[in-house]
Amino acid sequence: MAGTAVLGRLTWLAATVAATNEETPRVHTLTLDVAGWGGHRAGQHLDVRLTAEDGYQAERSYSIASAPGDPLAITVERLEDGEVSPYLVDDVAEGDVFEVRGPIGGYFVWDGDEPEPVLLVAGGSGVVPLMAMARHRAQVGSTAPMRLLYSSRTWDDVIYRDELATLGIDVVHTLTRQQPPGWSGYTRRIDDELLREVAFSAADGPRVYVCGSTRFVDAAADGLVRLGYDPRSIRTERFGATG
Amino acid sequence: MPIISRGFRGRRQEGPPDRVPPGQYLTDDFPVLSAGPTPHTSLEEWTFTIEGGAEPVSWSWEELQALPREEVTVDIHCVTKWSKLDTAWEGVSVDTLLDAVEHDKEYALAYSDGGYTTNLPIEDLTDGKAWVAYRYGGEPLEAEHGGPARLLVPHLYFWKSAKWVRGLQLLDEDEPGFWEQNGYHLYGDPWREQRYWGD
Repeated sequence: MAGTAVLGRLTWLAATVAATNEETPRVHTLTLDVAGWGGHRAGQHLDVRLTAEDGYQAERSYSIASAPGDPLAITVERLEDGEVSPYLVDDVAEGDVFEVRGPIGGYFVWDGDEPEPVLLVAGGSGVVPLMAMARHRAQVGSTAPMRLLYSSRTWDDVIYRDELATLGIDVVHTLTRQQPPGWSGYTRRIDDELLREVAFSAADGPRVYVCGSTRFVDAAADGLVRLGYDPRSIRTERFGATG
Repeated sequence: MPIISRGFRGRRQEGPPDRVPPGQYLTDDFPVLSAGPTPHTSLEEWTFTIEGGAEPVSWSWEELQALPREEVTVDIHCVTKWSKLDTAWEGVSVDTLLDAVEHDKEYALAYSDGGYTTNLPIEDLTDGKAWVAYRYGGEPLEAEHGGPARLLVPHLYFWKSAKWVRGLQLLDEDEPGFWEQNGYHLYGDPWREQRYWGD
């Protein structure tokens, strides 16, 4: 029940949209002002609840894009047949209010004090929770080597494109559908050879975070296991239907 | 008072309300959620073991296949909000397996290849409520959905239906499993929306 916060309970909180930012035509970031938000760890997500005038409600989960020390932000990709994401991307404006609760998830997280190299592998909007980790690294001044392998369809689909170049991490793009003129980077879906060229050596004991569609995550995670990575060092998050 | 989201209408649920728990939406897909890589264990090496009784009892893949099989069609509900109606499974009732074990325990920790665990009261695994399922939709269960065999406990959120299951540890006390240690509810009843700690 609202207002009866039991220890550890995640209550629904009012989130006011403080800013919206178009990352790509299909992907927007919403910065949220949430009184009572207790903070989060890089990699966690939150639940959004929308309520229509007649009381109908819809809930979905979204990854948190912001570093723990920054204003809370989620990045949402519009799914054409979705119910919640088209509203969040196309309709929501500054000053609008909906409800959130969280943070959720204690496994797909990176806290910034781990010394091991970190390999981030992102497919499309799977980059969002990994961006929270990259931003967190810059903010806390971690010296852990961090490398992002990021698969997008085209250069215009790359989320956070400019900011990624400023975070002090290695970023390797692969553009699987169309490349800008003069592109010299990768142009194919992630495979074992590409992973071998980009990934840290398994002997360095890296921590791995993979996020994307099921097919993407399986290709990356299975490939890394074949490269000798300890399966337990590979944390995955897969998005399926989450419209 | 809920907060009205300006201009939000939503796409109304077409499913029967008595089959879609609060906060869930229907999907025809079968999304995959896993914390790590998909394990691949050969059937020759595969066993299912129940520990914690008078003595451990173990079945090989062939022995499991020889046990009475049941076909069940059930609705499943994932904590990430999707529900899928009328999913068709085939497998062995956990009742059949526990009948072979002498014990007086009240809880179980299911464990899987890859290190995944999840906890359940034994009363939620018995009386026709749970299966070790190895076929889905008339086909052998695919690895990405938990094959060769997964636990199927459809009345609880689907993370309780451990993929790649290899056994049960019978316990006196409830012991949180993998997601239960990472913020998710100890019991996970979708009809009471027990998603997270404290729900």
